[in-house]
Amino acid sequence: MNRGTRIIGWLFTSLTGFACLIIVAMVAVILGNIAIHGVERLSLDFLFRSPESGMTGGGIFPAIFGTAALVILMTIAVIPLGVATAVYMHEYAPKRSRLVHGVRLAVQNLAGVPAIVFGLFGLGFFIEFVGRGIDRVLYGGELVYGQPAILWAALTMALLTLPTVVVSTEEALRAIPQAYREVAFSLGATRWQVLRKVVLPQAVGGILTGGILAISRGAGEVAPIMFTGAAYFLPHLPTRLNDQFMELGYHVYVMTTQSPDVEATKPILYSTVLVLLALTFALNFTAILIRSRIRRRLRAGR
Amino acid sequence: MSTAGPSLAGDGEAQTSRAPLAGRGRGTWADRAAAAAITAAAWTAIFSLVLIFIFIGKEAVPIFTSAEVHEEADLGRLFLPQAPKAGDPAAFAWQPVSETPKYSLLPLLVGTLKATVIAVLIAIPLAVLAALFSSEFAPTWAREVIKPAVELLAGIPSVVIGFFCLMVLADWLQGAFGWTFRLNAVTAGIGLSLAVIPIVFTVSEDAFTSVPQAYREGSVAMGASSWQTAWRVVLPAASPGVLAACVLGFGRAVGETMIVLMASGNAAVLSASPTDSIRTFSATIAAELGEVVVGSAHYHVLFFIGAFLFVLTFLTNLAGQWWVGRLQKKLQGAA
Repeated sequence: MNRGTRIIGWLFTSLTGFACLIIVAMVAVILGNIAIHGVERLSLDFLFRSPESGMTGGGIFPAIFGTAALVILMTIAVIPLGVATAVYMHEYAPKRSRLVHGVRLAVQNLAGVPAIVFGLFGLGFFIEFVGRGIDRVLYGGELVYGQPAILWAALTMALLTLPTVVVSTEEALRAIPQAYREVAFSLGATRWQVLRKVVLPQAVGGILTGGILAISRGAGEVAPIMFTGAAYFLPHLPTRLNDQFMELGYHVYVMTTQSPDVEATKPILYSTVLVLLALTFALNFTAILIRSRIRRRLRAGR
Repeated sequence: MSTAGPSLAGDGEAQTSRAPLAGRGRGTWADRAAAAAITAAAWTAIFSLVLIFIFIGKEAVPIFTSAEVHEEADLGRLFLPQAPKAGDPAAFAWQPVSETPKYSLLPLLVGTLKATVIAVLIAIPLAVLAALFSSEFAPTWAREVIKPAVELLAGIPSVVIGFFCLMVLADWLQGAFGWTFRLNAVTAGIGLSLAVIPIVFTVSEDAFTSVPQAYREGSVAMGASSWQTAWRVVLPAASPGVLAACVLGFGRAVGETMIVLMASGNAAVLSASPTDSIRTFSATIAAELGEVVVGSAHYHVLFFIGAFLFVLTFLTNLAGQWWVGRLQKKLQGAA
């Protein structure tokens, strides 16, 4: 090999390495910047108090509470639906089923739909169509459910995170050796018994992973809830399904773009971002840990 | 299972041996109830995609059909230059809340294209080269840095990236280049690229690692160096996967909302300069849907934009899946 080729090779390899370096550096700069500025205001007090004097003082407790309430409601909706869909595709559907084909197509494309389109859908369908419909039938046209509310935001978010849950549940179902099912069937168990006593207990890790990833996504997305229930400031915590709520990501968005005094709110803003980041990273990290354990078992089982 | 999606891992075995067992055992009431509920859930998943499609479409249709909406907006006014009053020069303008509302989509289209192209031009070379490094050249320790870093990047909520672009990056860039507008297409494009890099990296790294080891061994045995193998053998072999990565990255960039909403300046200006402020389709929906009167022409135009985004990302997704399928077939056929 001549010298020219070797130099080109060295340049090429360095170029690819350099690309890696840039990506790692960008991540480090962003996280570093947020961590350094965010730590200043961070305290237990900050986490457990309400905002004061136009967001220049106090804490962000209502936003944390709202985020938690949102993802809990979302989880209640998305986990049963997502798990059942995956179970159908993997355990129930006949081979080469049209329905499975359709569901897979739907799930994959649902994952690619921009978050803002879910926001449009949430407003147009849940609030204007379902909510107004409920109001007309049950409340004589009085505005109860036909307005932005935590219920609609949670359902919109559940649709957005459905693919995450379906995909990780399916992965977990695939990791269960077929022999387990065969043995159970050969002992005379019905399909439901096999599912409940053998398959689902084995798939708990994957379902958990999907749930945690969905929560992490749901806690971070803002576009779907902007019109379906999030509010910048509320004096009370949400207590009913048709209440509006404060949310961390939305709080960050409004504070960043619409603060009348950017310098005064900046320390609080940075700390809010840090809390949001820490929350999503903690969730992601847990999910990755569980997932890697499942993958190891999947490899070991083959 | 020929329809398996972007995951390159095989998923055959469990599927093929399952069918003969189906339907055995007593059909108790619990069995029948569970089967019904589970099937219903699967239908719900399809139904929701169809519902989104129908619903966004239904709210966009009045652009074509409603006489009431046509008083303010129709296809001509969305795409052709319009003179707001007789005698004024015809122009493209997006001013939906002025006295005579103007709904030209062209400034938004140009804004979206500017941000997306900048994002893709930054993200694709970076992410594809980094993926090549990670799969071909990297020592284990380097791989253990780059992969978690990309996972971290993927986990950063887009509102946080938007925040960073607006509060920090915009100042740095303006300080360095002295741009007139602090928030412009470049700032937004760089922000967007941060959201696009993880998906392009992951999909192309998947493609590279799925290239059979025998390809590399054959190439090295012929006397090629590792970079020649990477450039002339692995990259071409994985090319459908890399193409899929690019298409999916493009789709992500077009639909991403919070970053452009925060970092683009949100001015619907029709210009070719990348340092002017821009307004994108997604940011327009996000900024205006909150105040719009339900059922007005403006409302339907926003849904029209939403339908366009939906169809566009749907198509990019299908294309991406198709290319991933091509890659699987290509490598399985050759291996």
